[in-house]
Amino acid sequence: MIRFDQVHKRYANGREALAGVSFAIEDGEMAFLTGPSGAGKSSILKLIALIERPTRGQVFIGRQNTAGIKPRGIPQFRRRLGVVFQDHKLLHDRPVADNVALPLIIAGMSKREIDKRVRAALDQVGLLGKEKSRPLELSTGEQQRVGIARAVVGKPELLIADEPTGNLDPALALEIMQLFKRFNDVGVTVVIATHDVHLIDRFNARCIGLRDGRIAAAGGAAP
Amino acid sequence: MGALMTMAVIAVALALPLFLNVFLQNTRSATANWNQVFDISVYLDKKAAATRAPALAAQLRKRPDVAAVRVVTADEALAEFRTASGFGDALNALADNPLPDTLIVTPSVNSSTLEGMAALKQAIAGASDVQTVQIDTEWVTRLVALIDILHRIIWLTAGLLGLGVVLVVGNTIRLDILNRRSEIEVMKLVGATDGFARRPFLYAGVWYGLGGGLLALLAVAVAIGVMSRPVEHLALLYGSRFQLKGVGFGMSAAVLGSSVGLGWLGSWVAATRHIRGIEPT
Repeated sequence: MIRFDQVHKRYANGREALAGVSFAIEDGEMAFLTGPSGAGKSSILKLIALIERPTRGQVFIGRQNTAGIKPRGIPQFRRRLGVVFQDHKLLHDRPVADNVALPLIIAGMSKREIDKRVRAALDQVGLLGKEKSRPLELSTGEQQRVGIARAVVGKPELLIADEPTGNLDPALALEIMQLFKRFNDVGVTVVIATHDVHLIDRFNARCIGLRDGRIAAAGGAAP
Repeated sequence: MGALMTMAVIAVALALPLFLNVFLQNTRSATANWNQVFDISVYLDKKAAATRAPALAAQLRKRPDVAAVRVVTADEALAEFRTASGFGDALNALADNPLPDTLIVTPSVNSSTLEGMAALKQAIAGASDVQTVQIDTEWVTRLVALIDILHRIIWLTAGLLGLGVVLVVGNTIRLDILNRRSEIEVMKLVGATDGFARRPFLYAGVWYGLGGGLLALLAVAVAIGVMSRPVEHLALLYGSRFQLKGVGFGMSAAVLGSSVGLGWLGSWVAATRHIRGIEPT
């Protein structure tokens, strides 16, 4: 599903975030990107979501070289992805249901289909009944779960998350991780960047360790 | 509210050329029909018989395009000139009266147009013993030329103000987009195209244009309402029953059409440019 081939990333301000990173993640695998801050975890996710382009090397998503995707094709590409951020990035001026429905509205789905999928996604994250609430009325954990619902409502093949449990207490963090595991169980490829080592230990999943823009250790269970 | 302000600015920008244009249309229709207008001065040949003037006058009075004819004999003309000019004694030095018999022909109301009077002038000039026929239409032709220039000025002004509308709407949309920056970032991250993100701003531009156009029409209607009584009063003093005409259906439609079009254009330019520059980080 994902293959990084000698990828270098240098930002405009001169910072070298990735210095020759190569790895591969199979379809349906669940992998953690670990490492201290500044190790390059977010950069890898940005390269996957085509927010950034590699300075050198190649990134393959679904056997497609991202270098071949022109700016005009990026929106189409991103619809195959589910992205979860640390700060959930919900739109506060509309109810939860509209937030979750956004990817489907963009895809031009019918209203009836959208309502069905939104309810299903909210059910999967345990928030059925909160469709009409505004994001600010929810707790942090609930807001994070809305973000996850939005990421999965389009039934993406690949789910990426950048520090999804960063703001949450341990119990809540575990709940969220279990949610990701459930999605992985039904076949979604899941890549999570996190520096919460304790959490990772609870899950028998592949670990890609990063340090200073390079792969430091690769380990964990085989898929 | 920002939206109301934007519409007000558009209204002001459109109301000015609209009002001038209405004023111009009214002036045009007013000059098309002059009642008391121009008398035609017919100067007879000095050698003509003294009976020729009254005979010609009677002939002309029979015409449908002539309302009245006044005969001014050479002696009467000299006497008028003597009193009017103050040359009294100097004129006594003249042996002969140099002035000819004159007819003052007043065209009828129906032929008070420039074409009607030109035709009448032609007809009179063809009569015998007529030396010169003079209509003082020069100032009307000048007025028409002036009106044409004013018309052009109004169009140029409208063009500039139209550009102003585009810029104002563009600026408001730009601020709207900046305010919704994070929303656009999220939309793009979830796979929205620039066109999708742009659409609500295009609708906003259309609304700004429509609102501004309606306000402009309202403002001009009020202005015309304020002006009609004094204008009609003035017309009455000139013996005319002229009434100030407001903005017609066709012009209203044109104003609304262009205000909507300008609003759409302004937002299209601004939205395309600024949404392109917003990318998720």
